[in-house]
Amino acid sequence: MKIVTICGAGIGSSGILKVNAERVLQRLGLTATVVAADVASVDRVAADAQVILTSAEFVEAIGATHADVVVIENYFDSDELSRKLEAAIG
Amino acid sequence: MTLPELADRAIVLHARAADWREAVRIAGDALVDSGCTTAEYTEAMIRMVDDHGPYIVIAPGLALAHARPGADVRCDGLSVVTLAEPVEFGHAHNDPVRVVIGLAGVAPDAHLAAVAVLANAFNDPAAITAVAQATSREAVRAILDGKDPS
Repeated sequence: MKIVTICGAGIGSSGILKVNAERVLQRLGLTATVVAADVASVDRVAADAQVILTSAEFVEAIGATHADVVVIENYFDSDELSRKLEAAIG
Repeated sequence: MTLPELADRAIVLHARAADWREAVRIAGDALVDSGCTTAEYTEAMIRMVDDHGPYIVIAPGLALAHARPGADVRCDGLSVVTLAEPVEFGHAHNDPVRVVIGLAGVAPDAHLAAVAVLANAFNDPAAITAVAQATSREAVRAILDGKDPS
């Protein structure tokens, strides 16, 4: 299982999302590799990903993909992350 | 994991910003003042929002201003700005912003260490409000260290 977090620079906000997604996965007992990347490299980095976590602003730029694109509103809300990750993976 | 102590110059309390650009610029100036970035990095942070929208507002009331690592970053750094009056960034869910964090990293890996510390501190839902209402730099440092905001 591979999850990619996407933001504009591939570091700040996607980094926060990566850290928090890893915590939630651990709590859910799920194993996945989580990679943070910038939107410009999404085609390459997310080619083999099952899930892409991002903000609403990037959905259009991410475009067509085999992965489930999941929009997160509050990056620090572990309930929101849990709920949406479970729905995407389960 | 803890961060090097935030310098006084990296913390700006109750700043007045007319709009989101000014709010991000204050966070950028604080990074410049603490010796971590050049003014070009501040402009790059603003450009990220011009290019991609207000996605840096990652939680209610909190903007994480940042750009890519590069020549305009001299060291890993954070700045914290609290706003006297909340500012609209145009985010659908998380406006208005009361706290702007400026983030700079020399390399992506180093960047993530600071990011993990931020994630720890702000996973406490009370922390954003606590930072917004902090009346001293010491209080801001304590909250970022994950100490009880009260």
